[in-house]
Amino acid sequence: MNNAATGEPLLAARDLVKTHGRTSALRGASLDLRAGEILAVTGASGSGKSTLLHCLAGIVRPDRGSVTYDGQRLDRLPEKRLSELRRTDFGVVFQFGQLIPELTALDNVALPLMLAGTPRSRAHERAGEWLERFGVRGQEELRPGEMSGGQAQRTALARALVTDPKVVFADEPTGALDSLAGEQVMTALAHTARESGTAVLLITHDARTAAYADREASLHDGTVVAEDAALEVTR
Amino acid sequence: MIAMSTRHILLGLLASGPSHGYDLKRRHDARFPQARPLAYGQVYTTLQRLVRDGLAEVEGTDSDGGPERTVYRTTDEGARELSRWAGETAPPAPFVTNEIFAKVVVSILGGGDPAAYLRAQRAAHMERMRELTAVKTAKGADLATVLSADYALNHLDADLRWMDTTAARLTTLTAEVDAA
Ligand SMILES: Nc1ncnc2c1ncn2[C@@H]1O[C@H](COP(=O)(O)OP(=O)(O)OP(=O)(O)O)[C@@H](O)[C@H]1O
Ligand SMILES: [Mg+2]
Repeated sequence: MNNAATGEPLLAARDLVKTHGRTSALRGASLDLRAGEILAVTGASGSGKSTLLHCLAGIVRPDRGSVTYDGQRLDRLPEKRLSELRRTDFGVVFQFGQLIPELTALDNVALPLMLAGTPRSRAHERAGEWLERFGVRGQEELRPGEMSGGQAQRTALARALVTDPKVVFADEPTGALDSLAGEQVMTALAHTARESGTAVLLITHDARTAAYADREASLHDGTVVAEDAALEVTR
Repeated sequence: MIAMSTRHILLGLLASGPSHGYDLKRRHDARFPQARPLAYGQVYTTLQRLVRDGLAEVEGTDSDGGPERTVYRTTDEGARELSRWAGETAPPAPFVTNEIFAKVVVSILGGGDPAAYLRAQRAAHMERMRELTAVKTAKGADLATVLSADYALNHLDADLRWMDTTAARLTTLTAEVDAA
């Protein structure tokens, strides 16, 4: 069931420090993501989960520390190479949606494929399949402004997976869903990841969602504490 | 409390047709896969009590090649009792008698390390939740399995939320004591 490969992690963060103005979002966070594993990242609000995800996905550069993906230092990669790598290897579901408002659900999902050169009709066909997999049916023509929070999240997941990435980063992907819908989405995500060997970094504050993962890492004040230290630690 | 629900669960199983004790035990364990399996002794004692109270009766015996087995069926009164029980609301857990809660309280009173206990308990809960999630999402899981895993998962989740809140309270409490 757990097809996590042994040996070298696919993605490794070491001692990440990231400061926003006067706020220290990360204060020496280290984390490994192995190929094919689903890792849940939990922690209190403001503990640095989204910032860590952004650093790992090469969206934000850390002030200090390293991010190594498949033998390459992401934090040192030139912007052009980095964005190319993000497009080919990563799929990201942002905490606050970030679908393109002018495009329909179908076009939002098809876009990453079209950017990679897939013909429009083929891209639409694949996009339709992914939307269906995440339970978005008959809403392909809705634009983000016309979607419910849950529809937007499912669409964002379909968009993150449509290119068959090696790593999916999902920031609270079930936050806007009721418990049954959340479960359906997580089941679809977990099955897909296990079938295709995709690694998933899953941020959630919901233990039932975290239970879909192989293991859990918990953030506390910008550092990763071990799984058995997942609670607020008395300092 | 436990005896009462076993009575009604056996009545419920008998509602779909006459059955002997062994068969009832087997069907119980299949219907409630995440529950503690019923002991044979408990099944037979409960059946005898159902008969004594007029809720079930002996239909006859059935050997089916093997040893003779007493076959039970529900009575009209049993059917009425079952539908009464099934429609009656359960008391919304008014009493907190939980081992986790007790350990935390005892640990606070005795100057122990409740935070360390809570961390370890949280890890154990998460491990069990991952197991249950795997059982539930396995291809071909039947409805009984999904429903009982859901029930267990939601209760473990409630424990976890209580543990998270308690751990946070302990941090605040410690800070207040340190500041005093
Ligand atoms: N762009 C930004 N500018 C200024 N401060 C920021 C920015 N992004 C994050 N922060 C701060 O960094 C800290 C960590 O934020 P982050 O978004 O990583 O937390 P989080 O764990 O994802 O929280 P949540 O569970 O609420 O989403 C917070 O104190 C936040 O206010
Ligand atoms: Mg966040």
